[in-house]
Amino acid sequence: MSAVAFERVTLTYGGRRVLSDVSFSIPQGAFVGLLGANGAGKTTMLRAILGLIKPAGGAISVLGKPPTRGNPSIGYMPQARRTLTHMGISGLDFVLTAAGGHRWGWPVASAAEKEAAWKALEEVGATDLARRPLAELSGGERQRILIAQSLIGDPQLLLLDEPLISLDAAHQRTIIDLVHEVGKRLGIAVLFCSHEINPLLRAVDSVLYLGNGSAAIGSVDEVISGPVLSKLYGTQINVVRVAGRIFVMADDVELESGAHVHDL
Amino acid sequence: MSTIFDYEFMRNAFYACTVVGIVAGAVGYFLVLRGQTFAGHALAHVGFPGATGAGLIGVSPFFGLTVFTVVAGIGIGLLGERAHRDVAIGIVLTLSLGLGLLFLHFYTAFASQATNVLFGNVLGISLRTVIVLAVLAVAILVALVLIARPLLFASLQPELAEARGVPLNLVSTLFMILVAVATAEAVQIVGVLLVFALMVAPAATALRLTRRVLAGIAVSIALAVVIAWVSLSLAFLTDWPTSFWITALGAAAYLISGMAQRSMANDNR
Repeated sequence: MSAVAFERVTLTYGGRRVLSDVSFSIPQGAFVGLLGANGAGKTTMLRAILGLIKPAGGAISVLGKPPTRGNPSIGYMPQARRTLTHMGISGLDFVLTAAGGHRWGWPVASAAEKEAAWKALEEVGATDLARRPLAELSGGERQRILIAQSLIGDPQLLLLDEPLISLDAAHQRTIIDLVHEVGKRLGIAVLFCSHEINPLLRAVDSVLYLGNGSAAIGSVDEVISGPVLSKLYGTQINVVRVAGRIFVMADDVELESGAHVHDL
Repeated sequence: MSTIFDYEFMRNAFYACTVVGIVAGAVGYFLVLRGQTFAGHALAHVGFPGATGAGLIGVSPFFGLTVFTVVAGIGIGLLGERAHRDVAIGIVLTLSLGLGLLFLHFYTAFASQATNVLFGNVLGISLRTVIVLAVLAVAILVALVLIARPLLFASLQPELAEARGVPLNLVSTLFMILVAVATAEAVQIVGVLLVFALMVAPAATALRLTRRVLAGIAVSIALAVVIAWVSLSLAFLTDWPTSFWITALGAAAYLISGMAQRSMANDNR
């Protein structure tokens, strides 16, 4: 059984066709980098897997079943938000809101929910951060808390939307190594959304690259190549490998590292 | 020796402040957490023509006020993110005050009460009003207890909450209805223009001083009630308006909590 399978799927966002007739499959336990330019449909794809939007065509299978909203087997980390009003709240309380947060009632955590929160914090080595307010944590430490939150409920599939955003290179590496290690230890598939391939090179089993309405999946060498990316971007792309890093260029402009503004 | 509690209007004022302080502290905490404080401010303004218009058609101003704030609350809840446009909110605010003024123009007998609606008149509250406030307060608190868990989740992590099956629109609309009724209650104490002082200042102070959610709600309620009580006592001693003292103490609490927060952060470094 694959963790995620798309069978000729078409997705639309705001009336615009984001993916057309896309098919791929991600095996359980795989660490997959989800790449593509802004607006290529990365977040839209995650929302379709979460059952928040219905495909306009084709069939999606998540852990062998059609997507359903509120699927407890999926762990999800949305893109970081800019709002700071809640930053005084401790990491523990923040993680706890996800434990049974969809049920009605007063937010007093049960013993089982507290245990689940501590277990998730332990998984990512963040127990010592839990009592401190989010405002006092560094960007990397905050991401750790958010990953812990996504692990609540023992998911079989992890969807992470841009966890590397606004982190420096050293923290990016720590987060990737952490997610990679947690995914392998728990034996779950990870779909790791990023706008840049280089930080992911050390960890990914394969990459899923979106562009121009279609998708390419395979190993880094298979997908990050001139011919494949030229098709995805709809323009002539050159891929240059220098000292273990990959540069994706269109007409001398480097595409990936310039893409630091995020709307979708 | 005569004490402050020898006067019936003072006793009623203390009852009303206790009831409204609890509601404003609890609802205000979530309002600040969600970054919707301006919505609370807007609701109060929309209530103004409700109160003056009610006088025009011969129903109680409190009833008119509550109807207007609740309808506006449902509107803001349904509009969701689209309601967070400052120009649109500003225009609705001024239109509301303008309409209220128009209703006053047609019903001049009510004009003497306009100041009470705008700035509050806690010393003029009857026991009957206190009972109405208490009944509504119990309804608000019961409803808040029922929705608090998904509300908290949706406030901190809306995308994740949506993915986990929280009905975001329903939760936010229900919450805005509670904010609307709480605002109508707070208007009885501090008036349309000063609702921020009771709904937002104690809650924002509590959020600065606490790290745990439940502790934050408790501190917010305690602060709102204590600020209202102390303000009443100071008003009794100085003969200055209660609403002034509530705004002054709210601002002082917020300022001091900011300094305390900064020194706590420095200690941890």
